[in-house]
Amino acid sequence: MSANVTVLPSAPVDAADRQLVRIVIVGHVDHGKSTLIGRLLHETGGIPAAKIEHLKAISARRGMPFEWSFLLDSLQAERDQGITIDTSQIRFRTPSRDIILIDAPGHAEFLRNMITGASQADAALLLIDAAEGVRDQTRRHGYLLHLLGVRQVTVVVNKMDRVDYDEAVFRAIESEIIAYLAGLGVQASVVIPISAREGDGVATRGTRTPWFTGPTVLEALDQFEPARAPQELALRMPVQAVYKFDDRRIVAGRIETGGLSVGQEVVFQPSGKSAVVKTIETWPVPAAGEEVTALHAGNAAALTLDREIFVERGEILSVPSARPRATRRIRVRLFWLAEEALEVGTTLIARLATSESRATVAAVHEVVDPGHLSTFESKRIGRNQVGEVELLLSRPIAADPHRLNPRTGRVALELGGRIAGGGLVISVLDGEAAQPAPAARHITPVASAVTREERLARFGNAGAVVWLTGLSGSGKSTLARALERRLFDRGALVTLLDGDTLRAGLNSDLGFFDADRAENNRRLGEVASLLKGLGHVVLVAAVSPSAQARAQVRAVVGPGFFEVHVSAPLELCEQRDPKGLYAKARAGEIRGFTGIDAPYEAPITPELVVETDKLDLAAGVDRIEALLAEAGVFQLRPAAADDTGL
Amino acid sequence: MSTADDRLDELEAQSIYIFREAFARMKRMALLWSLGKDSNVMIWLARKAFLGHVPFPVLHVDTGRKFREMYDFRDHYSREWGLDLRVDPCPPLEQMDPTLPPATRSAARKTEGLKLALEKYGFDAVVAGIRRDEEATRAKERVFSPRGLEGDWNVREQPPEFWDHFNATLPAGAHLRVHPILHWTELDIWAYTKRENIPVIPLYFAKDGKRYRSLGDQDITFPVASEAATIDEILVELATTKVPERSGRAMDHESEDSFERLRVAGYL
Repeated sequence: MSANVTVLPSAPVDAADRQLVRIVIVGHVDHGKSTLIGRLLHETGGIPAAKIEHLKAISARRGMPFEWSFLLDSLQAERDQGITIDTSQIRFRTPSRDIILIDAPGHAEFLRNMITGASQADAALLLIDAAEGVRDQTRRHGYLLHLLGVRQVTVVVNKMDRVDYDEAVFRAIESEIIAYLAGLGVQASVVIPISAREGDGVATRGTRTPWFTGPTVLEALDQFEPARAPQELALRMPVQAVYKFDDRRIVAGRIETGGLSVGQEVVFQPSGKSAVVKTIETWPVPAAGEEVTALHAGNAAALTLDREIFVERGEILSVPSARPRATRRIRVRLFWLAEEALEVGTTLIARLATSESRATVAAVHEVVDPGHLSTFESKRIGRNQVGEVELLLSRPIAADPHRLNPRTGRVALELGGRIAGGGLVISVLDGEAAQPAPAARHITPVASAVTREERLARFGNAGAVVWLTGLSGSGKSTLARALERRLFDRGALVTLLDGDTLRAGLNSDLGFFDADRAENNRRLGEVASLLKGLGHVVLVAAVSPSAQARAQVRAVVGPGFFEVHVSAPLELCEQRDPKGLYAKARAGEIRGFTGIDAPYEAPITPELVVETDKLDLAAGVDRIEALLAEAGVFQLRPAAADDTGL
Repeated sequence: MSTADDRLDELEAQSIYIFREAFARMKRMALLWSLGKDSNVMIWLARKAFLGHVPFPVLHVDTGRKFREMYDFRDHYSREWGLDLRVDPCPPLEQMDPTLPPATRSAARKTEGLKLALEKYGFDAVVAGIRRDEEATRAKERVFSPRGLEGDWNVREQPPEFWDHFNATLPAGAHLRVHPILHWTELDIWAYTKRENIPVIPLYFAKDGKRYRSLGDQDITFPVASEAATIDEILVELATTKVPERSGRAMDHESEDSFERLRVAGYL
């Protein structure tokens, strides 16, 4: 933008002690954001003459009157369409603040860019067109401000000239938006009537709104405060990396909340390891006696500890008396931006601070369309919707509920390698199995005397679970048997667990009702996980129709879980009918048969899909073998390095 | 400590965070050193992040047309700072798209030179010292900016980026641009250069009523009228000027979208 516009009214340079505040302007498309920004820049001290001339020339060439919004919409594509596509930033000064204005697009198509812009803001202006009133996107943006944690909000009702500066129109919009925001826990500091095009209410009080006694937009901006990293909360320092420089092991990270000093005892979660801070390292190396001995929220940190402990990226440093919880289950209120809907069984990457973990949606509790203010029963969270879900994580992470710590109580969610959503941690749930029997508390698992590395060295493969799911007759068992032979022949330690075989013995007490199916699945998962731990490549062939049940198995098994959807059209499976089951189901002899009178929930993001109606058996086996090879299952790998190798 | 110092500390901490994230998540990264004021600040910030070290190569994609002072600076400080410097040439002008305006075409050499260097070394991430306040299309950038297989920038399809969570997953063969000083301004760069006492090329200081505000190739970079002969004087000048920083860079102004075309094709 006119980011090359830094508008500074011939102010003295001493202005070093001014507060810097980042403000985002949000609202419905066409409600006049860019015009308001152009007007603000103009009113606060002028825009480089060369820039104005340039824009005038562009306007003239297009046969259009001069538009303030051209200043921002400086990308070619935007000028052609007349809407702001991405977020840009502009600086200017009010009497007591340096302002960075973040312009965020109002078009629903570009919600991801609005979020990118608004997430950087200390405060927000929510813009509403007086003639159109509160619209879907106004509400959606209001809701997102709440989720993004922007607490200071001023509402600006623009285009008052189009409603003849009618107070009644303004008051109706005012009460509607105040009520909506209050329902989200967001308090609007003030609602201001303006006309950005005419200049009323922006820098000077509009003479055409004598009934309004509140501040101008500039005065409101002057009241915003920078959002500081919270000093008053408990210490949280997510570990970014452990470096080994000049014979020192250095734990690097940023202090998100609280403070830290040399000599303090600290604990890392989820590992639970503790140590005392020995030194705070800085560069350039300070003179003797000048060393840094304390840090506070917002500081970059590099620490040495009094003892050699193994900690890694993703852990959170805290004090022993107020540590975050280690968990594998969290409940999250999130916004979702991807085309593909989020539903039970969807597999994601969850990032909380510097931790990274595979996450599976175990339950969808609520879905909201913030544009329409409606909550509805749904199993899917669609694009641009908001909802609450329960996530199962593949390994424990440290987390706080958002109400206790906003910095370590929020997650970003990645789908297919791209950030697709984000949300607040509503609660940190227990990471244990879904319904642990009471006696489980008194159990102490006995560790094996043989290490993982020793097993690796002997067998030449790492433990893994290949979970073949699909309709009866889709070819799971056939594929599993061929794969077993292939892997055995290449020297791997491979074990086939067939759902039916287990049902004949271990699971003979179970039927096919939902609860029994779930228990059958749980036992299969536990057995597979146990064998994986002993170094086996476990092949499980089981219909396993429930996405939630598969998600739970994935969480139990952790890394090295490969969900393979063995897929074939129902008609073909029924035609094959190797066990004569479809015929029986059709005849009503079997009830609750998957595909006939019970649903099959196909995996949304399996590691692999094998279409047995299109691939021959050998090709299907090839694909799975390649998947495992690519994931490093067959490689002899040394133990993970304990630092970045520097 | 003054508010101004606090502000520089905040900028610095954010840049350090970005450097450490990039280094933790990418396999082979390099820093692009254009020898200008911004990339010198960037090297300084890397040394802050990694306690005096720059633990990755520093790449100078050389057009062969820089000012003599710039080459002297490079040779001197790459030694003094212990940098793993790689200098790679750009292809000749004749190989560039002839439909581009002349200065833009000349600048496009750097894009091609960068592509060749990325291929040669197999870097999956390059750190670049661009800033949002420099130029309109740069204001649209993400901190981690994934590029296409040709190094191209798809400005319409940028992924969301929030709460310091960055997109770092790439298709094989593509690369990531990392922008650790995207949030700084020209004024911040000079205030920080002064506070930290970071060396700069003398061409930035006024001589005979002219100085360079931005340094590029000799043939397409022009000085601006100025009397600012010290950093303090530059700070005073920047507080009042209404002339854009890149006004002396010819390729930005040849046609309405010349710089944007360069950037979409992978220019910095």
